[in-house]
Formats: sequence, C-alpha cells, structure tokens
Amino acid sequence: MSHYSALAILRHGLTGNRHWSRAWRDPAPKPKYDVVIVGGGGHGLATAYYLAKEHGIRNVAVLEKGWLGGGNTGRNTTIVRSNYMIPGNSAFYDRSMRLWDNLSQDLNYNVMLSRRGYYFVFHSPGQAEGLRRRANVMLANGIEAEFFDRAQIMKRLPFLDYSPTARFPIYGAFLQPRAGTARHDAVAWGYARGADKQGVDIIQQCEVTNYIWDNQKIVGVETTRGSIRAKKVALAVAGHTSHLAAKAGLRLPIETHILQAFVTEPVKPLVDHVIVYGAAHFYISQSDKGGLVLGGDLDGFNSYAQRGGLPIVEHTLQSAKALIPSISRLRLLRQWAGVMDMTMDGSPIIGKMPVEGLWLTGGWNYGGFKAIPASGYCFAWTIAKGEPHPDNAAFTLERFERGYQIDEAGAGPYPKAH
Amino acid sequence: MLRIPCPVCGLRDETEFSYGEDASVRRPDMNEADQKVWHDYVFIRDNPRGPHKEYWHHVSGCRQWIVVDRDTLTHEIFGSALACEVAA
Repeated sequence: MSHYSALAILRHGLTGNRHWSRAWRDPAPKPKYDVVIVGGGGHGLATAYYLAKEHGIRNVAVLEKGWLGGGNTGRNTTIVRSNYMIPGNSAFYDRSMRLWDNLSQDLNYNVMLSRRGYYFVFHSPGQAEGLRRRANVMLANGIEAEFFDRAQIMKRLPFLDYSPTARFPIYGAFLQPRAGTARHDAVAWGYARGADKQGVDIIQQCEVTNYIWDNQKIVGVETTRGSIRAKKVALAVAGHTSHLAAKAGLRLPIETHILQAFVTEPVKPLVDHVIVYGAAHFYISQSDKGGLVLGGDLDGFNSYAQRGGLPIVEHTLQSAKALIPSISRLRLLRQWAGVMDMTMDGSPIIGKMPVEGLWLTGGWNYGGFKAIPASGYCFAWTIAKGEPHPDNAAFTLERFERGYQIDEAGAGPYPKAH
Repeated sequence: MLRIPCPVCGLRDETEFSYGEDASVRRPDMNEADQKVWHDYVFIRDNPRGPHKEYWHHVSGCRQWIVVDRDTLTHEIFGSALACEVAA
C-alpha cells in the first residue's frame, strides 16, 4: 500500500499512472475475529481504524452489506460543527472537531475539510436571546462562537433577503467559525484505507442475517458469506439499528425516519459558508464543484425507504427561496434520502448492550456525519476497555430509565421532533 | 406523497394529515406502579422494517384520528380504520 504524497503523484504521473495499487484489500472473511463490526460506513470504519491504531486490536473485520459509505455516510449534507451546549454533547462533539483538524494528515487521505464557518440566521428577538445563550455556553466550554446583528450580517451575507417583503425578517446571525464541511466519501475511504493498512479486513457484499449464540451470549454472526465468530460484535448500522437489535431480542428507544437532501446544478461561488435558516428547518452550503447542497426537515413518519416525498421537497425549496431569492431559478440535479435512527431524546447511544457480547453505536439522528471521528474514537475505546471514554459516558442506553436524557432540542420523547 | 385512505373522507393527500405515532403502543393502567412498564411505554418502540400500524390525524379534513396500516419499507398502504373503533 503506497503512501500518498506529491512525490507519489509525480512518480505515478511519469509512469502513466499504471502502477497505483488498490486502496484497500478485498479479503475473504476468516472464520474468527476478535471484533466484528457490522456496518461499513464512517462510524464502523472509524471504529476499526481507532481499534487498530489506539488499542492495537488488529484482528478485526468490518462487514458491509452493500458498498463502503453507501448508507448515510454518502447521504448527508457533509456539515461538520459542534454548536452544542448540553453537558454530554459539548465535550463529545468538540472532540470530533479536534479530530477533524488533523484527519487528512492522520489518515494520509485528503478528506477536504473546509472550515468555512456555520451561520445560524435568526428572525426574532426571542430567537436572538436563545442563540445568545447558546453562544455564551459554547464560549464557556471553550468552543468559539460569534454573534452578529442585522447590519453586520448584511455585509457578511449580502445575498439573503433583507427586503421589507421578506417572509421572516432577519435580525442577525450566530457563527461557529471553526465549523464547515468535509468530503463525505473521502472520510469513508480514508478510514477504510487506514484500517486496512493496519490489518483490518474490510468485507463488502456481506450482510449479517443473524447472531451466533452460546449460552445467551453472542459469539459471532451469520452472514450471506458464511458464519463468522467473534469475541465482540459491534453494530454501526445507521438507520437499521432497531432491525439488528431486534434479532438480539432488544427493543430500543429509536424510530427510523427519512431525511432528504438536494443538490442544484453547479454555479459560480455564491454561498461561502454553511447557512442555516432559523425560521424553518433548512440549511445550505456550496460544494467545491459549485452545486448548492440543500437540506431540510424529516419527512415526518416512520420509514426505512431511502427516498423522500414531494411535500418536503416543496418545503425545502420554499425555504431556500425565502432565504436566498436569487437562487429561485436554479434547477435541482439530484435528490436523495437517508434513513435516520431518531432517538427519544435526539442524542446518540454508544456502549455495551444488555446482551453479552454485543456493542452499539447508533441513534445518530441528523448528526452522524460530523460525529464520525469522535464516535469511532470513543466506540473503539469502549469496546477495547469495556468501559466508556469520559466523552461518551453520557450516551448510555440506560439514561432513559434513569431520567438522564440529553435533549438538546427540548422536544421530549418524540423522535420526529428532534 | 402518500395518499392516505381516510375512512370518512376517502383517499386524501398526506399533507392534510398530521402523523401521530406507533399505534401498537398502549398507555399502561393508571394504577400501574412498575417503572419498567412506564419506561417502555414512553421510550421503547418496535420500529419495524415492514408493516406498521400508526396514528394519523386528519387535521385538515374530518379531524378524526385514524389508524393506518402501512409498510415502512415500501410505503404501501394496506388500509385504515377510525382510531376510536380500533381502540374499542
């Protein structure tokens, strides 16, 4: 496996690019591993990478039913941020931001991290007060946050609708300057290559159909490519957590919902940051290729279908036009939907399950992409040491029965409302 | 766009309705003192990948709560009934 560098590009260029080796192997599954990770998206691959790198556990397999990053890792709006304020969330998401900092160097793979800043536009004095509080809590936690009034934001984001006929008047905006975007596929591929380099087997087209039990303990998985035994089985399966947990006899505080995103035809640089509309559920950024990436709200009912409905298409595009009238004539190129684990408090679950031998990272709601580095880091720690890292200690499954929900939105036990 | 069969109004657009939740969840008896029963009622869901019974409120129509039988993987709708009749 060759090291990627400017010199390597030059050398391969001079030899006609005929000698690039594949980025990771394609091994057949072995009959037994120390750890089997189910799910070859960002979270599963990052977990394998940190198990090998931080804890020396290299006899690991990542099983993926489709292709790497073909689930929610490839179905998001690529935003990374840590504008959280509830204890339990702040430290975790800021660890993720710090891991993003050096990720390209660490993985020797360009994840195209772009710290372009994340503006949250607000539209009423009450909303301003709420965001001021959030900004102050973030600052107290050592996470940068800036606050701009209407006159300042008119200079910074001149293309928003400031006219008297704007559907919702813009009072100002809140900025997390270190937030931004990253290239989603590169994150999956970078972690896959990094894990593979350390001996992790990445096995695609391998769906887990059931568990292997020994005396009420899970000791492996049945797959479409045969039985694989493992000391520890770890789930990192995005929207399908309930489905695989049910096979282990577990019922979880999770509902699966669909979230859509859209890309317009490419245009010249217009939106330099990530911008969030405070009056409806809508956010926008511009990809390096020039397409505007739009995200909206959940479709609003339980669904495992990786496609969205037209009512949310309309809602999202109305919001886009209300915030930035000048983009109203752009055409959409693509639209897709991912299936989200929506938990009862809007926060994730990382830890050991009540069934012996089973571990879980899941319940990522809307926020799985930005959490990938910290989720992998903390989940690997939890699996290796048998106890949670301080940064994921609050994300237990037991928090619901103990009354320690981490409800950032304050929405109560309604998954579609988070 | 889902087209939801309302037992009162007939086939109507999804946008006329508001989604309730999993209709298989039943509130425990008010004298129930077991914490686990209440925990499961508030937080725990089967979340099936397949047929799902769920509440919808025809809020922009007849304002009746209905129970819809829908597949969460294909969005196919098999039928519906008034919630008051299902609960009885």
